[in-house]
Amino acid sequence: MSISTPEGDVRTDPTTGKPAETAESSGRNGFLDVGARRAVRRRRLLVRAIQLGLFVAIFGGWQLSSSMGWIDSFFFGSPSGIVDQLTTWAQSGTDAGSLWEQIGVTLEEAVLGFVIGVLLGIVCGVALGRVRLLAEVFAPYIKAINAVPRIVLGSVFIVVLGFGLSSKVALAIVLVFFVVFFNAFQGTREVDRNLIANARILGASSAQVTWQVVLPSALTWIIASLHSSFGFALIGAIVGEFLGADKGLGLLVRQAQGNFNIDGVFAAMVIMAVLALVAEAAISRLERRLLAWRPPQLSDMETAA
Amino acid sequence: MATSRSQESPGGSGTGAIELRNVTKRFRTPDGGAYTALRDLDLTVAPGEFCAVVGPTGCGKSTTLTLVAGLERATEGQVLVDDSPVRGIGSGIGFVFQTDAVLPWKTVLANVAAGPLFRGEARKDALAAARDWLRRVGLSGFENHHPHQLSGGMRKRVALAQSLINEPRILLMDEPFSALDVQTRSIMSDELLALWEVTRPSVVFVTHDLEEAIALADKVVVLTAGPATVKDVFTVDLPRPRTVQEIRFEPRFVELYQQIWESLRDEVQVAYARTATLAK
Repeated sequence: MSISTPEGDVRTDPTTGKPAETAESSGRNGFLDVGARRAVRRRRLLVRAIQLGLFVAIFGGWQLSSSMGWIDSFFFGSPSGIVDQLTTWAQSGTDAGSLWEQIGVTLEEAVLGFVIGVLLGIVCGVALGRVRLLAEVFAPYIKAINAVPRIVLGSVFIVVLGFGLSSKVALAIVLVFFVVFFNAFQGTREVDRNLIANARILGASSAQVTWQVVLPSALTWIIASLHSSFGFALIGAIVGEFLGADKGLGLLVRQAQGNFNIDGVFAAMVIMAVLALVAEAAISRLERRLLAWRPPQLSDMETAA
Repeated sequence: MATSRSQESPGGSGTGAIELRNVTKRFRTPDGGAYTALRDLDLTVAPGEFCAVVGPTGCGKSTTLTLVAGLERATEGQVLVDDSPVRGIGSGIGFVFQTDAVLPWKTVLANVAAGPLFRGEARKDALAAARDWLRRVGLSGFENHHPHQLSGGMRKRVALAQSLINEPRILLMDEPFSALDVQTRSIMSDELLALWEVTRPSVVFVTHDLEEAIALADKVVVLTAGPATVKDVFTVDLPRPRTVQEIRFEPRFVELYQQIWESLRDEVQVAYARTATLAK
């Protein structure tokens, strides 16, 4: 018997096993009857319709206000101006070179900073979560560094590392690190003690406990932090470019600001938003793959497209 | 921990004799005080013996298990397994926890194979042994399920297979079936007895259910209200093999039940009076 779940995957029920105890969950998320499924679909359509309506209202209203002269498009820009700016950039390039090159540079900085920051955050978070002495020694330092507005470090990095890639990557790493670190630390601390005791009695060494019990368990926490931390990586890259660079989206914003080109600022923002959304989708995919063992949650069933 | 593990066969050598001599265990409380869980506790379990430990809620029954397992150390006194003091987690121990302790992100098969794999057995052999154990606990066909897809009773079977695959000579069980419904519970008790007959490890089975204790065990140890010490030891002379659902109708069972309950009742009342005054 195979059942199609709302997520679209097919789960097969074994025919063996004791009839006295059937697996509850395979039935629970399998048998959504036709009526319930239709209700889910209708609700999803409703949500999409309202989302679209909101989009039209906001951007239509903005466009209307600026073309009717209710607001000054010199200060507030206009959707059509933003589209024009994007087309110009795409077709004839920006002052700093082709648009794709700017996007590529910013993306490279953000992704590098993200990956390195995440890895450092996980390693340090798990290490301090597992080894109490380390946590006690480093706690005041970490609190102190966390209290500093770390954006200021951008200036330091520009001075030390120069106008190139590395200063932006460094800033992105610093921003990403703390978000991931605190989650990895907390996730490691929250691991069910019974799971660890059980694994140890079954014969696991300390390293095996870390890799096979602590990390998978903390992964729920760590992945939750990835969603916000790519945003921070992007902020790091762009603020870095803002402070001093010869390429990148942050530079485009600064140039547009210098020319009082508000549409240019908004156009760069649109590009950043698209980048962030694409990254978010990729992280959600990763999350679904890594956390496939979790029981399906109600919210997953509703939002699964 | 890994260093203190003996490098012998999975079950290690030895017969599985357990001895607790004058054991006292104190825990430090968060506010700096000390909480005494066990006081001058003496307990012996012969090789292959099934020993049930009963006592009022929160009296320290589980603490005896963590001491034998090597998860905790005794504050005073000696904990001996096969005549040598327990230092760290021994290799011949199996532990079935009250709450689910199977790894939720591993499949049923990987969970059962975890023990041999942790101990460095070849992957192929570990998986073959795991399949065999899943068959024995009646879970063939569920190899690739994740624990959350199973019922509570099935998860308990996974936990049993996970422990028994290491062929422990000592099996420690901490109210293993308390979360199950009554019917599943007696089915699981029968299955436990059947599995126990095969390899005959020494068992310490902690429970607050006297009926379960008598039905399963060779010996029932009654602990006092905390700090726990041994109040009485009763030998259960009911014949084996037993059927848990039916044995409780035997006259001898009822007789034993009355005797042991007589001893346990006072402790339960002491423990209850204590929580009642705390609540006031």
